[in-house]
Amino acid sequence: MTDATQQIGTGDAEFGDYVALLKPRVMSLVVFTAAVGVFVAPVAVHPFIAFVAILFIALGGGASGALNMWYDHDIDTVMRRTAKRPIPSGRVQPGEALSLGLWLSFISVTMLGLAANWVAAGILAFTIFFYAVVYTMWLKRWTPQNIVIGGAAGAFPPMIGWAVATGGVSVESILMFTLIFMWTPPHFWALALFMNEDYSKAGVPMLTVTHGRRETRKQILIYTALLAPLAIGTAFTSIGGWIYLSVALYLNAKFLLGAWKLWQRDEDMAEADQYRAEKKYFRQSLSYLFLHFGALLLQAIWVKAGMEAWF
Amino acid sequence: MAPRVEHEIHQRRSGRNIGVGLVLLGFVAIVFGLTMVKLGNGGMIEGFDHAVRPSITEPESN
Repeated sequence: MTDATQQIGTGDAEFGDYVALLKPRVMSLVVFTAAVGVFVAPVAVHPFIAFVAILFIALGGGASGALNMWYDHDIDTVMRRTAKRPIPSGRVQPGEALSLGLWLSFISVTMLGLAANWVAAGILAFTIFFYAVVYTMWLKRWTPQNIVIGGAAGAFPPMIGWAVATGGVSVESILMFTLIFMWTPPHFWALALFMNEDYSKAGVPMLTVTHGRRETRKQILIYTALLAPLAIGTAFTSIGGWIYLSVALYLNAKFLLGAWKLWQRDEDMAEADQYRAEKKYFRQSLSYLFLHFGALLLQAIWVKAGMEAWF
Repeated sequence: MAPRVEHEIHQRRSGRNIGVGLVLLGFVAIVFGLTMVKLGNGGMIEGFDHAVRPSITEPESN
């Protein structure tokens, strides 16, 4: 070891460092979307079972985060955004992250199977495999479509939540999946537009690096345009309704407008105002997903409270 | 007895031990809670012993 901070850090990490391996911010999104999946399903789940199921879905997500940090610690060291993670900073050894990830994967899948059902547990196991092996080890460093495929892993939690309640898969849970799946590429590509240097330094084939920013702007517009009908279409399934429809119409119109603006801009315009529109679109994408799932939740509360009969 | 020096590393270790302890306690509480809920919901609680199990007994036909 050449780095002084690494010498001090080895072997004795704080508890919080292990928590950081689980990517708590990603976990919070997993908790939210999985909870919506459980709640909007037509089958009632005992509150404690629902709580335990969501906890272990989140833990499974955390496990795949730890496996990702184990495998990616070489490129995390290079990128400014990730250089402070527990492994690159030397507080946790790569082997510790690997064993934590593997054990938590095993525990979370087993406990979800025992608490809820084995369909939900099976999808969780597949999600962890997909994120850790298919995305992290295989596709992330190989294809500029990495974000598209990685997005699938993040899209599974509401589907798992739905399976916890119903024990199966249906058109509603697939639509919740596609909502996150189609949302992920424009969300990350917008980030890549103003974080380009990092990815090129680490050698990750981000679309902005391999195909240029012009193409990235075009792809953002295409994905946003494909996302809109799917997001709005969800309103006409059993989990939709007028609350969700009005929220989805407003959000998608705004999101499309943002993507259109990005497409019209070039790099000179973006650099002139320090990527203001790109940063705005990125922030918008965060509330876009949050509010869609929030609207689904509100719609379900509305229906379950029996308010639908009044209209 | 040798003098003991409290080092920052000891604080980190004890913090970690307390964290692991709490996680284990939480896990015990979850397993206990799950057991209570599953039994309360009338799940399959028959053991595989020599007792008569009505759920797998063929109904008598007259």
